[in-house]
Amino acid sequence: MSMILSRRSFLRVAAQTGGAAVLQSLLPVRFAFANTPGDARLMVVILRGAMDGLAAVVPYGDAHYADARGPMAMPQHDATLINLDGYFAMHHALKLLAEMFQRKEMVICHAVATPYRSRSHFDAQDLMENGTATPHALTTGWLNRAVAACKPSPDAMAIGSFVPLMLRGPAQVGSWAPNLLPDVDDEFLSRVARMYDNDPLLHSALTSGQELRSMESGKDKNPGGPRAFVEMMRKAATFMAPEKGAHIATAELGGWDTHAGQGLDNGRLAGNFAVLAEGLNAFRQGMGEAWKRTAVICMTEFGRTVHGNGTGGTDHGTASVAFLLGGAVNGGRIIGDWPGLKTLYEDRDLMPANDMRGVFKSVLHQHIGLAEETLDAVIFPDSANVWYKDKLFS
Amino acid sequence: MSIVAFHACARFGLGAAPDELKAIGNDPRGWLLAQLEHPLIPAGLQHLQGGEELMGEQLKSLKRKTRDKSKMLGLFARKLYMEHTGARFAAQVQSQQPFIERLVLFWSNHFTVSIQKGKLVALVNLYELQAIRPHVTGYFKDMLLAVCQHPAMLYYLDNSLSLGPNSVAGNRSGRGRNENLAREILELHTLGVNGGYTQQDVIALANIITGWSLDNDGDGPIIRYKFKRQSHEPGEKLFLGKRFAEGGEQEGIDALTMLATHPSTAQHIATKLARHFITDNPPPAAVAALARSFLDSGGHLPTVMRTLIALDESWLYPLAKLKNSYEFAVSACRLTGIIPTAQKAVNGLEALNYRAFNASSPAGYDDIASTWSAPDAIMKRIEWGHRLALHLRGGTNPMQLAQAGLGDALSDATRQQIQRAPSGADGIALVLASPEFQRR
Repeated sequence: MSMILSRRSFLRVAAQTGGAAVLQSLLPVRFAFANTPGDARLMVVILRGAMDGLAAVVPYGDAHYADARGPMAMPQHDATLINLDGYFAMHHALKLLAEMFQRKEMVICHAVATPYRSRSHFDAQDLMENGTATPHALTTGWLNRAVAACKPSPDAMAIGSFVPLMLRGPAQVGSWAPNLLPDVDDEFLSRVARMYDNDPLLHSALTSGQELRSMESGKDKNPGGPRAFVEMMRKAATFMAPEKGAHIATAELGGWDTHAGQGLDNGRLAGNFAVLAEGLNAFRQGMGEAWKRTAVICMTEFGRTVHGNGTGGTDHGTASVAFLLGGAVNGGRIIGDWPGLKTLYEDRDLMPANDMRGVFKSVLHQHIGLAEETLDAVIFPDSANVWYKDKLFS
Repeated sequence: MSIVAFHACARFGLGAAPDELKAIGNDPRGWLLAQLEHPLIPAGLQHLQGGEELMGEQLKSLKRKTRDKSKMLGLFARKLYMEHTGARFAAQVQSQQPFIERLVLFWSNHFTVSIQKGKLVALVNLYELQAIRPHVTGYFKDMLLAVCQHPAMLYYLDNSLSLGPNSVAGNRSGRGRNENLAREILELHTLGVNGGYTQQDVIALANIITGWSLDNDGDGPIIRYKFKRQSHEPGEKLFLGKRFAEGGEQEGIDALTMLATHPSTAQHIATKLARHFITDNPPPAAVAALARSFLDSGGHLPTVMRTLIALDESWLYPLAKLKNSYEFAVSACRLTGIIPTAQKAVNGLEALNYRAFNASSPAGYDDIASTWSAPDAIMKRIEWGHRLALHLRGGTNPMQLAQAGLGDALSDATRQQIQRAPSGADGIALVLASPEFQRR
């Protein structure tokens, strides 16, 4: 199935013409790599479960909105929606993000998707994280490959108990999750290290684990449930704000798979929106002065059906919304092509008008300083004509 | 060969209990086969109850919006979860049939029901006891049917809300079909994502199983399965190229039977079993043999297990798999003889950032090393083992523990570190931190 790429916002490079040189001349802004990767911070928040993008950023100005969404159409007044640009509005539960948008610290990319067109969470997440156009094509993730490609490699870590596929790969990364256990002394750990001499997997995990332990202070409470996300983001900022800290990180928030009882201005989805916004805001506050060198990407593996299903929810869809926020971001805009709700993909989903890899690549190029050739060949293989022309950073 | 006995214990069992390696002796395959012949329900799990009533009450209270009552019921439900989870943990720590217990864990993960949907805390252990455990030495199709008719699964994947668009209830209420369970049956439980089904098949199966619902009405508080004819989508369905005539509940039973013995299901299950029991990247020949066994036996799981035990590949790669957090905790308690109270068991798992039945999606937990080897997770295991070692009373000799637990798998590097440990507790902690104990 062919991708629908926007003519206006996305660069098309004919397959026959060379690649980097052509791209360089077509890009409107020259990027001098003044910022070493070391200064810039990048946090990637993976929203697992297929977030309903049309509920987060509501195209109330679209004439077909109410019909298309049916029972999932949001009631429209200023207690439920925060107007962004006269066409799109943000769900009120995302108020803290709307404020970032209004401060021009946030860019919204709507009708965005990966190349994946089936409806398995598992495969879609794998593809979104492996950075190719095929699920399970690689056992490494694009963000890890990006870390490995930077010279020097910035420190990177996963916030949570598991390192997501996106951050697995050749570059060694750390991880952190709340701890209820007393530390063990270094002497003990050096004995463990001797035992791990012949076990590369355990050895590298121990090495990274020790580095991170040395950065921590105090014991953490272990809040359960989705509120844990807010604490995790707060903690993430303590690792990322310092100059010598981790400058690339991932975090995750689930609970988006609202097949039933999704709710509208209130309810399950609204509650999750509030947690997301609070967590991102806590992160922003924690980053302090470093926020102006920070970018955060939030993405989800696919969206949900435009029309509600029979059980007060929505089923698996295609396009959704992605957020790029941070002090470094040239924000206050909604980017990409908006396909409208008159014609739906397979008569059920928002049309995938924009390829999210284009956004990721542009962030890595403009903010982290990776070269286009590297991004096309190594970080996002098979994506040579997927680029985002816009100046995403100030 | 002691390493073969160790391998049977670690890979097929739950890690050696103090005298287990000795008991296995030189017939590890026989040890496994005997368990398949006479599976027993652990004593500690025989009287688990209360979950159906409690969850039923919770759903009623939700409907009636009685907030204080809901809060109280929620507390009771979490307490019941803790008791049941603790009982399961203790049972697995003490089990003399650890191969059977491993199969329960495998299938329970395959047919994941998660407490991420909070109302399931009271029922989730009973789900495993009622829908999974009785069938691990039976036919796959019987497990599949039991799972799909269990209130926990019907609630978890929203089928209890699903109404056929043209059914009596659908017409009356304006609510409609929910495809969540149907999709996951195809993608996760049977054919697998590339097993050859289309979106139309998902819809067809969803229609077929409309009416597979919950009964929580009437005066009794108990929640149970009920086929609701008025919710069932009428008419013929075309599913995987086959016509299913209108037949009420039987349509679903027939569809599941068809799925249970489908070649794609055999391939999908064989791959997962090979990944669990052989290596993260399962050898294709082993997968093919298991799939053949599954297909030829009509999905008779003991037959498939016998094929697995007989495969050369099953014995070629000791220590190739990394334990997951739960396996690590259970095996540590098995070896050290520590049987925690329910509260301590649950807290102990929390300290590893693990919560039973808490998978973030219906796909369950991954079964590969990279999922369980985040640096923080490994550090936590090391710290956890150290704290456990401090709690051991009396003189447990670290070298003896190492020999009892690891047998001939004990490496020179590990032996050396244990011998040089400055204290008994450190020595024991080193056994638990060793690569031979972290792996299986």
